[in-house]
Amino acid sequence: MNESVFERICEHLAGVAEEATVAHGTLAFLVEPARLIEVCRSLKESFGFDMFLDVTAVDWPEREPRFDVVWHFYSTRHFVRVRVKTRVPLADPTVDTLVPLYGSARYMERECHDMYGIAFRGNDDLRPILLYEGFEGHPLRKDYPKQKEQPLVPYRTSET
Amino acid sequence: MTTLPSRPAPSGAFEYMTTKKDEFVGWARKFSLFPYPFVTACCAMEFMSVSSTLYDTDRFGAALPRFTPRQSDLLMVVGTVTHKQAPILRKVYEQMCEPKWVIAFGVCATSGGFYQNYAALPGIDKIIPVDLYIPGCPPRPEMVIDGIMKLQDRIARDRHPIINEKF
Repeated sequence: MNESVFERICEHLAGVAEEATVAHGTLAFLVEPARLIEVCRSLKESFGFDMFLDVTAVDWPEREPRFDVVWHFYSTRHFVRVRVKTRVPLADPTVDTLVPLYGSARYMERECHDMYGIAFRGNDDLRPILLYEGFEGHPLRKDYPKQKEQPLVPYRTSET
Repeated sequence: MTTLPSRPAPSGAFEYMTTKKDEFVGWARKFSLFPYPFVTACCAMEFMSVSSTLYDTDRFGAALPRFTPRQSDLLMVVGTVTHKQAPILRKVYEQMCEPKWVIAFGVCATSGGFYQNYAALPGIDKIIPVDLYIPGCPPRPEMVIDGIMKLQDRIARDRHPIINEKF
């Protein structure tokens, strides 16, 4: 049953989605950053992908463009998941926000911005959510030093 | 013409009295620890276990958790403390009245444990003084009880300057 839904999605998105594969029961495909909104809107409106599960990123330090940005959606009509990926370079790690489509994207985009420094064009509230004000860098990027500390309270030197 | 009497030579009586006073106050204090559980992570499960019937810290006079630092004298830091939480822990410590003692419960509070990364504080002794470390991930209840008893021994042996030479 899932396969038929996946085939229909692939037909619908032919020409937009590249590298469509089924991995672990999830349809996964790659889109151009410019066509992201179009693809997500069509998934939501035509196939009932009305639940925004997650947005995260993958850092490939050797690759150009360096980052994968990954979204997961769930369809409460067909009970299937879909994974949408796009690639952005280090020089301009910007993708469009999905907040107009899914309100719950707001916080998850903030987290992704915290951890990977992906900028979401159109999300006007990208304050730190898990990190704190003043934190420099993006800790889940591969070039962030593993043991670097940015303490908020100065460490004790002698007995206090 | 009278002269003021010179200060009497120390007779040892005052020393004896203060020693007895320290013993008495230490004995009273060691059985009336009011813990403030600063519980942040999975060690809390072991903390519940050691507090409840089977192991029962009540037997050591350390059973009544106070949920305000101003009424407690034993800060038990149970679990991982992150850099983002460090200002809160520091503030809680500063709000406690003297005399106060701190127990680092579990390996994360002791040294950060296996969290050596951007988020975790590598041991609470980086920001507040710690009296007793209980390692383990999580520590066995027996270790916690052993730790509390060691702290009680220390309190019993300590000096407790309620009254000094000048009264």
